[in-house]
Amino acid sequence: MSIGVVVFPGSNCDRDVRWAAQGCLDIPTRFLWHESRDLNGLDAVVLPGGFSYGDYLRCGAIARFAPVLESLVEFVARGGRVLGICNGFQVLTELGLLPGALTRNRSLHFICEDALLTVESNRTPWLKGHQRKDALTLPIAHGEGRYQCSDQTLCQLQDDDAIALRYVNNPNGSVADIAGITNKTGNVLGLMPHPERACDPVIGGVDGRGLLQSLLG
Amino acid sequence: MPRFHARVLISLRPSVLDPAGEAARSAANRLGVEGISKLRIGKVVDLELEADDEAEARKQLELLSDRLFANPVIEDWSLELQSVATTTA
Repeated sequence: MSIGVVVFPGSNCDRDVRWAAQGCLDIPTRFLWHESRDLNGLDAVVLPGGFSYGDYLRCGAIARFAPVLESLVEFVARGGRVLGICNGFQVLTELGLLPGALTRNRSLHFICEDALLTVESNRTPWLKGHQRKDALTLPIAHGEGRYQCSDQTLCQLQDDDAIALRYVNNPNGSVADIAGITNKTGNVLGLMPHPERACDPVIGGVDGRGLLQSLLG
Repeated sequence: MPRFHARVLISLRPSVLDPAGEAARSAANRLGVEGISKLRIGKVVDLELEADDEAEARKQLELLSDRLFANPVIEDWSLELQSVATTTA
């Protein structure tokens, strides 16, 4: 059982994810260079935070065309688990694996702080250890985390029970306080908060552990 | 092969808040320019390409605009296209 962490030029949370997964949680982890197409032997893949390809054009717009993501689309279709964190969430929306888009925070500020979240759905493996309305505290660090979607998409997300996490004090202006969503099947989760930065009590909390453990759980 | 010059103008859809535009509007007021009722900030992609004819150029540009330059979930785009005079040696 092992996971892969995609490394784009400009990723900067790839090592944090490996430190959290392998170092804190003992999950065998290997890096996947963006030009590689080889996902053999992996049970789950993480798209980490950062600024893939400099986030030129739009966040995630160029990363979407990376060779590794062609394999990832097939991996998802086979039921493989994919977790997109921050820039990884942006890439998943650009890729069309999750609906909607993420754009500039309402305040225009880059926000780096702990965010209080509520679990909105425990339908999927990612949050099955929680009760609905459970509180989680996870760090956020983004300038473009304002989730946007059409009214129709929002209804679809609600109908599919695909809103995974909401902000308690919406920091960025996201539609319906959305902090994280899943696809309908439930094997893909995208979220702006950083679970990998909340896996060790020494650095401020362990509320992110469950999400990373569910990569294999 | 004929060459074409294109400009793709990308803007946030009207329903999407443009906080950068709002900030610029507030600065415009501080500059003393009153009466601005709308200020939206977009992007321009300026490019030249070769294509068999204008219809083919337009087709390529529509693909680029829809799939790469703009994200139709939050952005609209429009296209200006003209042929570039080619000089023969």
